Amino acid sequence: MGIDLARFHQTFFEESFEGLDAMESALLRLSPQTADREAINGIFRAAHSIKGGAATFGFNEVSAFTHLLETLLDEMRAGVRPVGGAEIDVLLRAVDVLRELLHAARDGGSADPAAVQQIGDALTRLLATPAADDGTPPRAAPSAAPPGTWRIRFVPQPQIFTSGNDPLRILRALSQLGELDVCCDTTRLPGLADADPERCYLAWELVLRSACDREAIAEVFAWVEDECELSIEPWRADGDACADTSASARRQAAEAQPLRLIEGGRTTDGAVAEPAARTAQRTESSSIRVATEKIDSLINLVGELVITEAMLQQLARTLDPVMHEKLLAGLALLDRNTRQIQEAVMATRMLPVDFVFSRFPRVVRDLAAKLGKQVRLQTVGEATELDKSVIECIADPLTHLVRNAIDHGIERPAERIAAGKDATGTIRLSAAHQGGHIVIEVADDGRGLDRTRIIAKARERGLAAAETMSDEEVWRLIFEPGFSTAETVTDVSGRGVGMDVVKKNVDALSGTIEVASTAGWGTRITIRLPLTLAILDGMSVRVGDEVFIIPLASVAESLQPSPGQIRSVAGCARVIKLRNEYVPLVSLREIYGVRTGAHDPAHGLVVVLESGGRRIAAVVDELVGQQQVVIKSIESNYRRVPGISGATILGDGRVALITDVAEILRIGSRAQAA
Amino acid sequence: MDTTIVRSAPPASAPPLDSASGGEFLTFRLGDEEYGVDILKVQEIRGYDTVTRIPDAPAFIKGVINLRGTIVPVVDLRMKLSVGRVAYDAFTVMIILNLGRRIVGVVVDSVSDVIALKPDQVRPAPEIGTVIDTRHIIGIGTIDERMLILLDIERLMLSADMQLVGQAA
Repeated sequence: MGIDLARFHQTFFEESFEGLDAMESALLRLSPQTADREAINGIFRAAHSIKGGAATFGFNEVSAFTHLLETLLDEMRAGVRPVGGAEIDVLLRAVDVLRELLHAARDGGSADPAAVQQIGDALTRLLATPAADDGTPPRAAPSAAPPGTWRIRFVPQPQIFTSGNDPLRILRALSQLGELDVCCDTTRLPGLADADPERCYLAWELVLRSACDREAIAEVFAWVEDECELSIEPWRADGDACADTSASARRQAAEAQPLRLIEGGRTTDGAVAEPAARTAQRTESSSIRVATEKIDSLINLVGELVITEAMLQQLARTLDPVMHEKLLAGLALLDRNTRQIQEAVMATRMLPVDFVFSRFPRVVRDLAAKLGKQVRLQTVGEATELDKSVIECIADPLTHLVRNAIDHGIERPAERIAAGKDATGTIRLSAAHQGGHIVIEVADDGRGLDRTRIIAKARERGLAAAETMSDEEVWRLIFEPGFSTAETVTDVSGRGVGMDVVKKNVDALSGTIEVASTAGWGTRITIRLPLTLAILDGMSVRVGDEVFIIPLASVAESLQPSPGQIRSVAGCARVIKLRNEYVPLVSLREIYGVRTGAHDPAHGLVVVLESGGRRIAAVVDELVGQQQVVIKSIESNYRRVPGISGATILGDGRVALITDVAEILRIGSRAQAA
Repeated sequence: MDTTIVRSAPPASAPPLDSASGGEFLTFRLGDEEYGVDILKVQEIRGYDTVTRIPDAPAFIKGVINLRGTIVPVVDLRMKLSVGRVAYDAFTVMIILNLGRRIVGVVVDSVSDVIALKPDQVRPAPEIGTVIDTRHIIGIGTIDERMLILLDIERLMLSADMQLVGQAA
């Protein structure tokens, strides 16, 4: 092969996984009552593009398997097969198998052959059972039988192009006559090196459902009659050509012979029959795939533009407004445009939260079935947008919370009925914008957290827990490391990570997490996240002559300490008394080695920083203000700096460093220990 | 490995230098000495402006600047090599170097010119104890009465001694 197809693999896999997700969510929405044609069409299209891609790249297992899936879908789409619970189940499991096959193809492993075999067989069995055996006349029956299903075999001679004929045009003309199924036979196709682009190596098997007569079809082929093998015959079989060839393809695969590539193409008389499908396809192609780096560099450039613009504005302030009226008007316009560009560019990184939410119907369905519970999932605010990188980081914690809610929160139907509740529990996932944040909630109407058991468990684990603690403090205990879900509130085994990992993930995104729970009524977990990781809400503080940015999410409070509030412990380490609590005190001046500027301890301010549930008080000289800053990496051109997580560029073009609160905490506790 | 070749060659005869030794060099002054760096490594030359100090950095690393949105560390070569007087005024110049994937700024006394050196104008560096490790010197360039110390600036800047790169790198 002359062309390296491998570089397209990534795109193929990305698109296929997206396609599978789309199929899965569509299948979940599909129920026997709501078998709407458009939904099935959507699923079919997804399967079809996966098959096409897989065949192109030679992932024969994937394409063969998808072919079965597609055939079943096609029958549903044509209305010859009812959409029942059994079919949907098999299709869902087939989607899983397909995902595994794709993973295996990408990573070079192999999928579980037993599962592939099992689902493949299930599909084949379904296909083998005569469609529409429920007695009702299938919708597509009239078109499947005479007055006119023609089977056409069209094998053009290789030199067909030289006479100015194009098989594509012929196929198009045929599709004008009626509904056309196209199967392309690529067996004659030589390797790319030997292929002559001016020769035609393809042959086609066509099934035309049309009321027209043989003459009409023959007329389409009139110009190429001498240059091809052509057979046109009426067709009686129920299946279609694609299904036939796919069966033969499977047989061959089973005999471990090199698989014959059969590209199943399909053209339909779309303008009339499927206007909706057309629209859907148009919206698909109205988005393009762009590498994240490109967008990041765009964001950087816009950041530059904003700074330059701010500089110009500053200069313009010194100008006489009367003399420079036009210039100032122009600058005002520039200001507005720059702001709009910045917003628009930031918006390109934003994705609807639906990208995460869409996986949950499946999670809920599977887990509820497994645990013998009835759970309804409600999602609210799927269209809420947030940064792509935030979305990627939040998916796992959210999954964990949803699993927890089903596992520990929602009771068994009998228990619920006894408690006077609806037998079906509800899990509500919601997302909404609040200020510069996005708030994601996972709420269930289950039994709620059990205060006494949490306290008992915490004591068992050696955590500080007292009966007098407020509910809020008790709920916070579940985020403690070691308080893993496996042995917590209920005895149902948890899976994977504990709540402490959820909290860690949320912290890493500089977000916060809160729990509210009422016994018997349910639990609500609220996650608050910044909209983007590229921008940070910061508090700028002055230490000596230098300005540092502290992430606002980590600032618990700031205060001017009274002289008696700061005490020393064992002579050196200092603590500050905050209400009833002693918080270790560190000086940012010492940590960052600042030597400039007058240092007056009496006038210092204290900023209480919080990260991972621990607190530390930091002495600074002045609070300068609060602003949104664009985060820049220091490490790309320098090494890591202790206590610094990154840098940003201030309005005047200077660089300010961003404090790493978690590390300040570590440095602080080390200083205390020393 | 070009420097090894240079060093092992006898100083009297014209050494068999590879193409890396000849070429165009940007020359600059540090105190009384004149230095040269490969012009292809130079991205731009700019005045010294506000530098943000970095905690936990040696004195010769002045801090970081904002170079059109990129955070770039600045090294004062005069301090590092203990030559020249360390003063920052309107004439202080910063050479922005593009070393492969990293961008670094160096502060020098003044930038002179760009000169082309033929391989036979480049002599190997003598084995004398200097502040600069001879491994970081390509050779000594001579034009008329001028003597240029040609630095292997990429090696020098990325050496562990400079503390610009993390331990892992």
